[in-house]
Amino acid sequence: MKNCEYQQIDPGALGTSNTRTSTTLPCGRKNSQRPRRKWEVFPGKNRFFCDGRIMMGRQCGVLPLTIGLILITSGLFFTFDCPFLVHHLTVFIPVIGGVLFVFVIITLLQTSFTDPGILPRALPDEAVDIERQIDNSGSSTYRPPPRTKEILINDQVVKLKYCFTCKMFRPPRTSHCSLCDNCVERFDHHCPWVGNCVGKRNYRFFYAFIVSLSFLTSFIFGCVITHLTLRSQGVNGIIQAIQDSPASIAELVICFFSIWSILGLSGFHTYLVASNLTTNEDIKGSWSSKRGEESGNPYTYNNIFTNCCVVLCGPMPPSLIDRRGFLPPDDAPQTVTSDTELPPFMSKNDANMCTQGTKELLESMAHSSVIQSTCAPGTPKTAPVSQESLLHTISITVSPPNRPPSTGCSGHQALRPIDVSCSQKGNKRAALHTHKPMLRVPSPPCSLGHSPIILSDAPDMGFIPLN
Amino acid sequence: MISAPRTATDRTKLPYCHESFHNLQELRHSASLANKVFIQRDYTDGTVCKFQTKFPSELDSRIERTLFEDTVKTLNNYYAEAEKIGGQSYLEGCLACLTVYLIFLCIETRYEKVLKKISWYIQEQNEKVYAPRGLLITDPIERGMRVIEISVYEDHGSSGSSSGSSTTSSSGR
Repeated sequence: MKNCEYQQIDPGALGTSNTRTSTTLPCGRKNSQRPRRKWEVFPGKNRFFCDGRIMMGRQCGVLPLTIGLILITSGLFFTFDCPFLVHHLTVFIPVIGGVLFVFVIITLLQTSFTDPGILPRALPDEAVDIERQIDNSGSSTYRPPPRTKEILINDQVVKLKYCFTCKMFRPPRTSHCSLCDNCVERFDHHCPWVGNCVGKRNYRFFYAFIVSLSFLTSFIFGCVITHLTLRSQGVNGIIQAIQDSPASIAELVICFFSIWSILGLSGFHTYLVASNLTTNEDIKGSWSSKRGEESGNPYTYNNIFTNCCVVLCGPMPPSLIDRRGFLPPDDAPQTVTSDTELPPFMSKNDANMCTQGTKELLESMAHSSVIQSTCAPGTPKTAPVSQESLLHTISITVSPPNRPPSTGCSGHQALRPIDVSCSQKGNKRAALHTHKPMLRVPSPPCSLGHSPIILSDAPDMGFIPLN
Repeated sequence: MISAPRTATDRTKLPYCHESFHNLQELRHSASLANKVFIQRDYTDGTVCKFQTKFPSELDSRIERTLFEDTVKTLNNYYAEAEKIGGQSYLEGCLACLTVYLIFLCIETRYEKVLKKISWYIQEQNEKVYAPRGLLITDPIERGMRVIEISVYEDHGSSGSSSGSSTTSSSGR
């Protein structure tokens, strides 16, 4: 055994921490020995299925309605219209309809169940590092004023906002979705019809969905009109035709109202794809001409074809949240949740960093199966707490005021208002109008006098050396 | 995805010996985590993944500037290769579109292949360059591609113990 200056770890303390973790979990996860996956402690408001393989937003919105409408309309079409049309026209009608239907369903499910490009929240030490860079004066206010950072992208000034929930500066084109409580890369909008955000990773699925859906609704609409026309050309007339095939009227009504909104949406998104914009940017007018000068979109390639290829056929980035990865054995929350109480600013981060440093060591110890000499988590009195908050020495023994992440999540559910979920039901036309309300991003409560920091490519201030 | 070695059992013995750190295992056992340095993203070229190559002052005494810059530049090149828009990515995209994107469930995309290369490279750099100097790089993918996290370790065998530490720096073991 090495003669180190650290205190021998107490196996009882390890056991204590395990039982503490298991008893404080409110969501019924009783077996603390079972290795847990990261999706189980994910801080955002998302739902996970199939052990983390499938994810969607917390409020599935009107996704069941969307699926129901598509299934019902297509079902009626294949049952009542196709036999007549096959007999009178061609067998390709149900074939084309079938292919379109399969496209629509698959792309819809992919849009709903794919990670839209969620950025994992900053770990505590990262958050502290950012705070330190910004707020050198060591302000001890509970809620620092909102912060922005200006950078140059292709000679265009772009403001990066600081996300208080995720504790990081949002990358360009990233926005925080209040419904899902996540920062999403290349955030387009939160679509209630698919029950998920539309962002970098699932925009192509969403675009394929609305394009194929517009083809499907147009196709069904055209086929039903043809069907009724052909029937009414017989002896009996239009009224008899309708009486013979009442389902067609239902399909007509649904398709008629859907076509306007879906085609409009497809056209709108085709425009966005061609100019490499997001709905968020377009609605906010981020790149429209302001102050009489053209502030163009810095992300465009100034070529419609290139923009389309990049947006739709570009490389598929991986999911950053690693939802099926396993947590380290001592799986207290490592991310900062926004509802944790912040006492004097620095001391909370002390505790978080201490937790982080202690946990890493415990992880390495558990794997190496050597009892390392380190601080005992249960004895805070013996070792003095470091006042230099950014030192991750393992001897810091402050017990972190942990809350299990699930309470943090459930705390969010009650507090966040559900925005416009009421207004979309019943009319697909509302899909066009739901984009605006969905883009409401939580703004920090105190917006007095932010201090913008101008940073160019190589920030001059660099890192502040530790004392 | 292979992550940077974090557990003693995963690490191989290093062929290089440098100062008092013989291998990563000893680094973990004998050193304490003193600080973490974060290399932030560089957004001047847009949203492509690129990290700043500015040398942080905390590493001044720990590693040569050129080694650090080489590492970051190589990582930036890898990420640029992953996100490169060209023939292969278009082919992949069109094929994916034709198969209703189901092909993503079956094959490994080029991005994922490059990420594996990056993990391997970081592991190699850790073993050869950074661990002998008491540093460890964390793969950016584990930090959501926001930062390159470099953990700075203090060797308690050496005379320099971090200030404010509550442990006394006794001599060796």
